[in-house]
Amino acid sequence: MAEFLQFFFSGLTVGAVYALVALGFTLIYNASDVINFAQGEFVMLGGMATVFLALTGVPLPLAALLAIVITAAIGLALHRFAIEPAHGASPVALIMITIGASVFLRGVAQIIFDKRFHSLPPIFGGEPFRLWGAAILPQGLVVMAGAAVIVLLLWQFVDRTMLGKAVIAIAANRLAARLVGIDTRRIVGLCFAISAAIGAVAGILVTPITLTSYDVGTLLALKGFAAAMLGGIGSGLGAVIGGLLLGMFETFSAGYISSKYKDAVAFLVILAVLFAMPQGVLGRGKIERV
Amino acid sequence: MRALLSHRLAGLAAIAAITVLLPPFFPSLYYYRVGALVFIFALAAVGLNLLMGFAGQVSLGHAGFLGIGGYAVAIAPTYLGLPSWTCIFGGALLSGLVAFLVGRPILRLKGHYLAVATLGFGVLVAIVLTNEAVWTGGPDGMSVPQLTLFTWRVRGSDTWYWIAAASFLLGATLALNLVDSPTGRALKAIHDSEVASSVLGVDVARQKLAIFVVSAVYASVAGSYLALFNGHITPDISGFLRSIELVAMVVLGGMGSVAGSLVGAAVLVVLPQILTALHDYEHMVLGLILMGFMIFLRQGIMPSLIAVVAGRRT
Amino acid sequence: MILEAERLSIAFGGVRAVDEVSLSVQPGLVFSIIGPNGAGKTTLLNLFSGLYAPMDGRVRLAGEDVTGLAPDWLARRGLSRTFQNLQIFFRMTALENVMVGRHRHEATGILSELLHLPLVDRQNRRTREAARAALARVGLETEADRPASALPYGALKRLEIARALASEPTVLLLDEPAAGCNPVETNELDGVIRSMVEDGVTVVLVEHDMRLVMNISDRIHVLANGRTLAEGTAAEVRSNSAVVEAYLGVGSQEAVHALG
Repeated sequence: MAEFLQFFFSGLTVGAVYALVALGFTLIYNASDVINFAQGEFVMLGGMATVFLALTGVPLPLAALLAIVITAAIGLALHRFAIEPAHGASPVALIMITIGASVFLRGVAQIIFDKRFHSLPPIFGGEPFRLWGAAILPQGLVVMAGAAVIVLLLWQFVDRTMLGKAVIAIAANRLAARLVGIDTRRIVGLCFAISAAIGAVAGILVTPITLTSYDVGTLLALKGFAAAMLGGIGSGLGAVIGGLLLGMFETFSAGYISSKYKDAVAFLVILAVLFAMPQGVLGRGKIERV
Repeated sequence: MRALLSHRLAGLAAIAAITVLLPPFFPSLYYYRVGALVFIFALAAVGLNLLMGFAGQVSLGHAGFLGIGGYAVAIAPTYLGLPSWTCIFGGALLSGLVAFLVGRPILRLKGHYLAVATLGFGVLVAIVLTNEAVWTGGPDGMSVPQLTLFTWRVRGSDTWYWIAAASFLLGATLALNLVDSPTGRALKAIHDSEVASSVLGVDVARQKLAIFVVSAVYASVAGSYLALFNGHITPDISGFLRSIELVAMVVLGGMGSVAGSLVGAAVLVVLPQILTALHDYEHMVLGLILMGFMIFLRQGIMPSLIAVVAGRRT
Repeated sequence: MILEAERLSIAFGGVRAVDEVSLSVQPGLVFSIIGPNGAGKTTLLNLFSGLYAPMDGRVRLAGEDVTGLAPDWLARRGLSRTFQNLQIFFRMTALENVMVGRHRHEATGILSELLHLPLVDRQNRRTREAARAALARVGLETEADRPASALPYGALKRLEIARALASEPTVLLLDEPAAGCNPVETNELDGVIRSMVEDGVTVVLVEHDMRLVMNISDRIHVLANGRTLAEGTAAEVRSNSAVVEAYLGVGSQEAVHALG
């Protein structure tokens, strides 16, 4: 029982990170129909930038904030310089552009940072405490709480603010949104920035647990995408549910079946979803008109 | 004379001529090595081009087949004592079979779903190769026994240069033959409109699967050559980055241009060699190339060049 | 009966696009399907050409039950069609487009194609000749080597017809071939359709251009809201008050003139 709970909490923790990556995917996908493979790099940049800024003497909280801002700026730059100029390209071309961006960012990180693993100090200390027999890291709770806060903030943003409504409008019909005066370029750029910031926060929160290095981005992006697909691409709630589910699948299969193939779980999930229910748990299907 | 010049294989004849005329100018064996690598990757790129450039089906996991072909000539000779050259065929057969089984469900998907599914396939192959260390030697890989044809031990960068060049020319010839045929036209049609193709009698699913299998075989042979040439293989051969490199070669050279595959392979093989001092910048440059071409020069180098030359003539 | 529909029905998300439609097409005739926008005409064509599978009902081609068969199966049995929204192969030339239309008459295996055996050359030659002939029938022989993307809209409509003709169909479904055409082009289309019929092709025509429909149809089937409203000769349909109402609202005298 203790073991089960252990896996459950681990699964929730890592699932929370996947949920945030998936949320970032979904936000960008809804705003621009782009599957952004550089999403994982945002997570990497959040953690790595914080580490290296702190190393130069910047106090940790400020370093984290700066890292988030820098990553958000990079997200904006990605949209402005790589996505916008390619307007009208096929979905596949856009994916390849974001893959190129991801490889590029990883290459830059390799040079600016280094190739080693790095960590950050956990916010409430590294000593696990016991809950019903399971050992739980305080940082794990921080990750989950952080994810919950972000989800809430994003929900309120989309639901309550004019900007959020504009995002929904753009997602529904881009041309119509422009015709009613919405500056789609600025707002889609904003979505990229927000998405990047979300990724960066996830990276900062989870680094004390999983460490970070210049190449954690790829696998994270793929797993985040798997989570988004599982929940139904285009659905924010689905992204969160998909992320948590994926985290659970991964942890439980690693615990009870084989830990060697832990990373394979996400890909098996992608393939299973694509074949069994392409629209995911909460998504809607599309009909092609001839 | 004009018929000879515009013959579909005229370009290949030119490439063959250059291939033969270059080596006397090679200052050292190192150049043979680079040349061999270019032709090996160009072979894989031609196969991928048939799938992506002509039929319009994206594959972000094609390096998986490089791995199957590569490990086939590593594992079978080492553990089963089979002669390496039969394992090249064995690997190709296995890749074809895997492509057939995996392709049937996967090719029903379109657009970014297909892209991600193929990506998943490629990464899964890499994961399996990394994990099954008993057979594959794990993340550090394993050594590959030398290729022996009867009593001739195939080794040396110069030997491999000729083998790789000949294989590429053969592969390119087959590809160009295919393009100028009913199947070639059907594939191009599928790329533009699956609905219209179907209504004209094209069995879309079957054609896609056929070209997927063909492209897998190309990649497998290339992978086998790579393993035999290097004498060593690691799971990275099937990695995501490798798959992206292959895609970049096709995109750069020109989707739908067989000669372009050679150009793309040449750029992406030679560039890291030039940048050895700046080895760390490899990823940056690869990323920039991919982004740059997909944003600004989506048709690639060869079609753009041809368009410029054709434009000048009229 | 060369083409029959028996109580065909299909719904999309709760909307019955085609509701229990039955019709029979006699061979060698021009059979038109008309109706106001949203009546389900294109959906019906999609059902006939295998792009949709019906929820209820059957489709028969030359007596054989072909319900739910894929489009390429139907193509091999002699059914072909054109598209309302044009499904041209834009990356190919006009000639290459039509050459694809010959696909079901080509018989080369992938192995012989890879090796480019002489039989492939012979096949390519035959295909090219047949394609040129089809282009000539619609008056596009001079545009053979132009990229399809460079052709104007009217030429593209004719190109699709040439492509469909190249497959030598027994039944040809035309989906609004006159849409966007000027009167001269529509007249040419009239001539092309008549020459097809002379060659023994049965033509099923979905059209909005009433003059063309009234001039050329042997039989007209009227759809409205997915259901059959009326069927008969041009004269019968023209004077059917229910048809007039469906198009132009209740009690419109001008409607009768419009339909004439």
